[in-house]
Amino acid sequence: MSPVNTVLKQSVAGLRAMLVLTVLLGLLYPAVVWGVGQVVARDQSAGSLVSLGGRVVGSSLLGQQWRGDEWFHGRPSASDYAGDTSGGTNLGAGPELDTAVAERARAAGLEPRTAPADALTASGSGLDPHVSPAYAAAQVERVAAARGLDVSRVRSLVTAHTQGREAGFLGQPRVDVLELNLALARLTAPSAG
Amino acid sequence: MSDTVSGLLTIAVLVAALAAAHVPLGSWMARVFTDARHWRVERLVYRLCRIDPASEQRWSTYAVAVLGFSVVGIVLLVALIALQGVLPLARGASMNLDTALNTAVSFVTNTNWQSYVGESGASPLVQTLGLTVQNFVSPAVGLAVAVALVRGLARSSGAQIGNFWVDLVRGTVRVLLPLAVAGAVVLLLGGVIQNLTSPTSVTTLSGGSQVVQGGLVASQEAIKELGTNGGGYFNANSAHPFENPTAVTNLIEIFLLLVIPFSLPRTYGILVGDRRQGWTVLAFMATLWGLMVAAVTWAEVSAASGPLGGLEGKELRFGVWPSALFAASTTGTSTGAVNSMHESFSPLGGGGVLFSMLLGEVSPGGVGSGLYGALLLAVLTVFIAGLMVGRTPELLGKQVGRREITLTALALLVMPALVLVFTGIGMVAPLVSSQMSASGPHGLTEVMYAYASAANNNGSAFAGFSADSPYTNLTLALCMFLGRFVPIVLVLALAGSLVAQRRRPVNAGTLPTHTPTFAGLFVGVAVVVTGLTFFPALALGPLAEALS
Repeated sequence: MSPVNTVLKQSVAGLRAMLVLTVLLGLLYPAVVWGVGQVVARDQSAGSLVSLGGRVVGSSLLGQQWRGDEWFHGRPSASDYAGDTSGGTNLGAGPELDTAVAERARAAGLEPRTAPADALTASGSGLDPHVSPAYAAAQVERVAAARGLDVSRVRSLVTAHTQGREAGFLGQPRVDVLELNLALARLTAPSAG
Repeated sequence: MSDTVSGLLTIAVLVAALAAAHVPLGSWMARVFTDARHWRVERLVYRLCRIDPASEQRWSTYAVAVLGFSVVGIVLLVALIALQGVLPLARGASMNLDTALNTAVSFVTNTNWQSYVGESGASPLVQTLGLTVQNFVSPAVGLAVAVALVRGLARSSGAQIGNFWVDLVRGTVRVLLPLAVAGAVVLLLGGVIQNLTSPTSVTTLSGGSQVVQGGLVASQEAIKELGTNGGGYFNANSAHPFENPTAVTNLIEIFLLLVIPFSLPRTYGILVGDRRQGWTVLAFMATLWGLMVAAVTWAEVSAASGPLGGLEGKELRFGVWPSALFAASTTGTSTGAVNSMHESFSPLGGGGVLFSMLLGEVSPGGVGSGLYGALLLAVLTVFIAGLMVGRTPELLGKQVGRREITLTALALLVMPALVLVFTGIGMVAPLVSSQMSASGPHGLTEVMYAYASAANNNGSAFAGFSADSPYTNLTLALCMFLGRFVPIVLVLALAGSLVAQRRRPVNAGTLPTHTPTFAGLFVGVAVVVTGLTFFPALALGPLAEALS
């Protein structure tokens, strides 16, 4: 067979193979996984959405931008938790990062040298749902004062929402900020109207 | 429990899981590529494609089939991306033509470099029909080429090295697809999404608004890791909570991206009829991976003692240790997925992951490409050892003559040439320097990282570098294409020249290639070759930054 014929023959076989494999891998495979998801993991498939009073207010997996002293705040985010895009600041050690950190510390009302690290750093996704137990603790008094609640009551709420390492050793201890704030909202919903 | 204990336990569990999985998986893959029978679904595919599965190919036909299939894949993917605006499920996604070409080459070459932003550049149709499909077939191509090279060593007569279409279909149907389904279901249970909802704006608890994304993510995520692809559904890749929601899914993803490359040495040992050969390659890969994990973890943990805890660009649910583990594994396997932003790593941590790529993706490398990359280095090692002791170099009884060492050396030189030439041009071209987010040594590292990532078919990035311009899109696409297919053609030519040789019997003068001495030499050659090639550039980049 001449070289040109070989190239032609193999390329046509390649075209056919691409089309057949696209049906198998691009249609059937995702559809099967979707079907399994509908049966065994419906909530997770949909994005672990959480609601308050029947209204979806976000996903327990996604952090949010919090405005006001009455809410626990999340970590700094390169995208302000907008959700239409994701990513980090990509800043390495240097003057630009120093400036950003000083600004973040001022916004959080914390002293840069003693603040929890997660309060001063932007996450990789810009959608980090968690803060460290230390950063949550640093916000307890502010939130309690803004809501007119007992400091001890807010503190015990934080403790109840602190998760240890997964399976005892994986990842880090953390607090899901949206879940914590939801509990706070439910706690004070009657008086807040 | 301290972070150190938690981190060490995480690594221990990962290593135990890989050690347990590589035995059955390695044996299974050996059966897959030697089985005389075809599965019914495979026969259906062969009939639809009008392929005769019984006919074997010479190396040149095999190479033409690889290239034909891949070029067709690029053309179809470019067309799908260019037409996404008029196809169903468009949702406003769009890419420029140069970005579309870059993306198509990127996914077909198993690189999965992304100049586009997942959330706005690719419609669900492109993600699923285009990118998910390439996430399967591009590693299947790597697997096929690796198996063809192994046949060159295992067989001792004739000119045939297998049938590419059979290897492609079997790798897809018998290896990647079942593992991907299993992986996707586990990820679903862990919280990864799988839906067709359009991005929805919700009013947040404190009265702001946020877009909650949808997508068929779990199915793509599983094969993204398993096929050492790495292209994220979303821009933040595996840092995004919808792609990687928990520390458990994080460990599963690291396992998935390492499991096939670490199982292939066993497949190799079985196919050449000498398992000790497989152990040597496994020891080589595991040593390099272990060294890179240790180096990157050490650099990041040292940096974490500062006030920022090393957390810039990292997710709190993972922390420093699992982020470093992911980074070393993703760059050692040509995956390129990231669960933390490599550009925000400490200078030595970022330099470490760059070095991990520059080793040539053999620690343990991509699916298939890791094994054939390692075997190229094994050929180089027996050649150097042969020169030192004055004997004819041979690997498994096959003589490494002028033709074999020429093909090997050329295949190994493609990547360094591409990285250094294009980084050099990038440093003087105003087009490129205007896209750098940093100046000085960090800027050099940024540009070098981009071309190293492309030429090694890795796909991770120092993401501050804004690569979405015609010049960088096209030069990176060129590096990805040449970095993938020039070595593949040379590897297949090597297979063709080895398969024709009769195996020489072992005698007193034969250098055994299964001893710890050889494994040590093997690792040494990889490190020294990479070190000598890249030390000057690394000294001006990450090393200068770390010392300043």
